[in-house]
Amino acid sequence: MNLAETFQLALKNILASKVRTLLTMLGIIIGVCAVIVIVGLGNGMQGYIEDSFADMGTDSLTVMIMGRGSSRSVSEEEMYQMVEDNSDVLKQISPLVNMMGVVKIGSDSHSSTSITGVSEDYFSMKGYEVAQGRGIQYADVANRKKVCVVGQYLNMAYFGGSAVGQTLKVGGTTFTIVGVMAAETDDLEEGGTDDCVFIPYSTAARLSFTGTISSYIMTVQDTDHISEAKALVESKLYRIFSDDDAYTVSSMAEMVDQMNSMVNMIIYILAGIAAISLVVGGIGIMNIMLVSVTERTREIGVRKALGAREGAIMRQFVIEAATTSALGGVLGILLGYGLSKAATTVIAALMPDTPITVSPSVMAVVLAFGVSSAIGVVFGYLPAKKAANLNPIDALRYD
Amino acid sequence: MGALIEFQDVCKTYHMGDTIVRAADHISMSVQQGEFVAIVGQSGSGKSTCMNIIGCLDVPTSGTYLLGGRDVGQMDKNELAAIRNQMLGFIFQQYNLLPKLTLLENVEVPLMYAGVPRAERRERAKIALELVGLGGKLKHKPQQLSGGQQQRVSIARALVGEPAVILADEPTGALDSHTGREVLTMLQKLHDTGNTVVLITHDNSIAVQAQRIIRLEDGRVVYDGDAHAPEAVVTPGAAGKGAGQ
Repeated sequence: MNLAETFQLALKNILASKVRTLLTMLGIIIGVCAVIVIVGLGNGMQGYIEDSFADMGTDSLTVMIMGRGSSRSVSEEEMYQMVEDNSDVLKQISPLVNMMGVVKIGSDSHSSTSITGVSEDYFSMKGYEVAQGRGIQYADVANRKKVCVVGQYLNMAYFGGSAVGQTLKVGGTTFTIVGVMAAETDDLEEGGTDDCVFIPYSTAARLSFTGTISSYIMTVQDTDHISEAKALVESKLYRIFSDDDAYTVSSMAEMVDQMNSMVNMIIYILAGIAAISLVVGGIGIMNIMLVSVTERTREIGVRKALGAREGAIMRQFVIEAATTSALGGVLGILLGYGLSKAATTVIAALMPDTPITVSPSVMAVVLAFGVSSAIGVVFGYLPAKKAANLNPIDALRYD
Repeated sequence: MGALIEFQDVCKTYHMGDTIVRAADHISMSVQQGEFVAIVGQSGSGKSTCMNIIGCLDVPTSGTYLLGGRDVGQMDKNELAAIRNQMLGFIFQQYNLLPKLTLLENVEVPLMYAGVPRAERRERAKIALELVGLGGKLKHKPQQLSGGQQQRVSIARALVGEPAVILADEPTGALDSHTGREVLTMLQKLHDTGNTVVLITHDNSIAVQAQRIIRLEDGRVVYDGDAHAPEAVVTPGAAGKGAGQ
């Protein structure tokens, strides 16, 4: 009897008692399904993280200068020079001055609005569009002009869509609105991305009494070589400070990697817990196979009397167990795909802001199928051994 | 070449608790190619042990069993399985057909374990079933058949591998006398066409259908000769007393 025939026989036996087979496979089905959905959820979360960070610019490096005591520091000119000198790797630079302050429009105060001092290049670096008026210009920076560009939220909520030419106050200083940013998100809300004010960094530095600029954003020529760019900036800064505690250079891509590895770890732990169900399912299969061997003792006796070797009986039962669990694996995969689709829809309906697509990976599917088949072989071995070792005389006499 | 089946001083002992049961006690006998032999005895006479040994389901504790000149006692389990497959055709009291398989598939089983290719297997199984008059029910399941018909299927299954010996263990035990006679007639026909048939039974009236009777009692041969001789059918009790004293 060859392998294909043994397999056919196994399928025949499995299909002969459908309800029992289905119940036997349930543990495997649930385990495989759970692993696939969890891994799919992890993939979806990673995709979501990558998408949202891509918006923030994975081509940018953030440089923080802590300085070393009061003696040594680095000026904006030096930083600009660094980018210019390494224009094969680095593209643009803008100082960043985050201001703690309250924006006052008329008599309304906004503490949730972000106020950032930037250079004229900042908008092009971040891919921001100016919808009305103009952006920050070189002249504004050079002359420390009290002008600002506001986000679409402030424009719509407080200026009725025509903010250009109006004024607002930051920390008691009056700024003239020269431009309005195009909306970055679909829904404009307080504290959101569109609740912002950009002013020339030189103005911001003076207002917040920061002598030197301590924060910069740089963009690189090639996103794929962001690590090299980061190393380059670090080495330049080390040459200035001779102390790697005096600065930090971080890339968005690195943060994405870090978050991904955290998500991965959580997913692995969850998938591991779900995989316990596979073991339980395997034990279920072993249980039913043991019952099946007892029920079919006479059949085994007859087969042995007619010339079946121990190996043939063994193979028959192992393959039957493996087929059962592999079939369970396939059903689990199908169910997993179905649930993933359903979960994607439910997540989209419940949390429109975070559209996570639950996408099962081929890797997880292949692994789930492989593991479930292997479980059948492992847990089918004991019952099969029991069947193969039956004494034909006793087995023939069994009622 | 000598006898097809040859027992030389065959003993089989079992341990039942502290007592040792001698199921076969120095049995020596032989069966020639083409004979129709009945092994008769009451329950406990050792005929089942004898049949298990002849059928290579069991091996002797001591003594030698030669089947077709080969010493079965020295074989391992897999060799025994192969010998059963090639040399023996079993007919059981309870038919022992596999209930989930069709008649055709049932008859194919021995050929399957012999490694005969599917098409040839199917063809030979069909011929065997036609021979026992069930050529029209190839796709039936055993439960759809009467007892007599099921026993015919099991005869077809015993035949299909063209074994050296057909071993029938109480083949009529579960049948009424009419269908039992049909089955016996079929065994006789098999014998007439040159097959070696060994029939195991407790029933004298069935045993006399054979050419030769080997009567067992308490694990010993008490008669071995012509089935039609008057001594062949003496009541076992009387023979037992005579032999014992």
